[in-house]
Amino acid sequence: MKIVVDYDLCQGHAVCQSEAPAVFAVEDKGQVRLLDERPPDGLRAQVEMAVKYCPTHALKIMEG
Amino acid sequence: MTTTTQLREPPEVSGADGQGGHLEELRHDPIGLMRRVREECGDVGEFRLAGRRVVLLSGAEANEQFFRATEEELNQAEAYPFMTPIFGKGVIFDAPPERRQEMLHNQALKDKHMRLHAEKIATEVDAMVAAWTGEGEIDLLDFFAELTIYTSSACLIGKKFRDQLDRRFAELYHDLERGTDAIAYVDAYAPIESFRRRDAARAALVELVQGIMNARGSGPPATDEDRDLLDVLMSVNVEGNPRFTADEITGIFISMMFAGHHTTSGTAAWTLIELLKHPDELARVVAELDELYADGREVSYQALREMPLLESAIKEALRLHPPLILLLRVAKQPMDVEGFHIEEGKLVATSPAISNRIAEDFPQPDEFTPSRYLDPRREDLENPWTYIPFGAGKHRCVGASFATMQLKAIFSVILRGWKFELSQPPDTYRNDHSKMVVQLEQPCRARYTVRS
Repeated sequence: MKIVVDYDLCQGHAVCQSEAPAVFAVEDKGQVRLLDERPPDGLRAQVEMAVKYCPTHALKIMEG
Repeated sequence: MTTTTQLREPPEVSGADGQGGHLEELRHDPIGLMRRVREECGDVGEFRLAGRRVVLLSGAEANEQFFRATEEELNQAEAYPFMTPIFGKGVIFDAPPERRQEMLHNQALKDKHMRLHAEKIATEVDAMVAAWTGEGEIDLLDFFAELTIYTSSACLIGKKFRDQLDRRFAELYHDLERGTDAIAYVDAYAPIESFRRRDAARAALVELVQGIMNARGSGPPATDEDRDLLDVLMSVNVEGNPRFTADEITGIFISMMFAGHHTTSGTAAWTLIELLKHPDELARVVAELDELYADGREVSYQALREMPLLESAIKEALRLHPPLILLLRVAKQPMDVEGFHIEEGKLVATSPAISNRIAEDFPQPDEFTPSRYLDPRREDLENPWTYIPFGAGKHRCVGASFATMQLKAIFSVILRGWKFELSQPPDTYRNDHSKMVVQLEQPCRARYTVRS
């Protein structure tokens, strides 16, 4: 899977970082930074939670 | 093939009345006015506030352009003249996105703080209903407006400050919110009663905060555990002198609480009213809560995530009764929307009240149907530019998830402990649109009885 961020929407709430700290990092005053654009399948459950609970719907998973 | 596109001026809606244009109609029936703009003019139409032209956009295409515009194209700060006397001069109101981004971090709305807010909110709701006996009656506006003063001050400023507030603060704050007559587009200091009360309320709030500051200044210093935002602001010094006066601190607090107060309070009331009008929906929501909390768990961040039916009911109350009905900007450069030319200097607007009820996007738009947000319909996600109770794009309300969590916490407490019924005929609950800040029209009473 590949993660896509819509930076027009991200406001840096950092919910994704709480859900999947190995994949997402949010600096104190910034937007999300991908630590791993293509995380392993073992992290899929965490990443799906991050996508689901992103308050601005800024994250997407692309398959392949 | 070459085509010459002739850009047209947006058409003006009917009903302009003399020099004021549509100002009087906006002050009495803004939704009727805006609905007529869409009916007569389509996605791009115009009305007039005295000398100012307002281009009202609606529908997904025009709204997307509105919400994607940069601050250099559409400016927010100049579009809300009625807020300056409330916040005070120098307090940044509707800041550019970069500044809002910063406010998000300063205002403890980040995820790690949100996890702590859940319990604070539940504590405040418990405290409000602690005085309730077996049965009684409340005014929904008074009750939720007071409750949300306590929850927002506890979460955004701190528990210590919240504990120094009582009903008086809520009443003064209400006078500020009532001081938002659209006449401000002509004169924000016009000699009218609601503006006089607004200014008196602000002065009284400054006095109240000054009193709290005086008491703290002569008391023991704050400890790490109980330090709140007031302690922090009081401790900022420039060359040995306090950086902020009581007036400035009051302005900061008013502005921090403003966006989340009447909005959350009104949505709590409308969610309850709609659920009481739709007993089947209410029964499903109560069953969802009973089941979720059946294991005896506390109201917590995690628990508050797991309530799709209550969340859908809140979303539907927000769609039908969006607390902000008119979002405004000033065009800082000329722009073209769907073949219409918008001149620099015009106000440009979109309306959640209109877009949220477009029938093509939300079938049977006037019906309360929470299931439209569940799989497979998901009408909020399918229509990101017309499901806009929180705005959209980079300007989307930064407090949206805080607000949703707060509403879920409120209903987790009151619907599990109490049964409610409307005290009045159902069609007598309506919003008062005479001010830019929309509030429930009083009376708006409901009865409660303890659940056995």
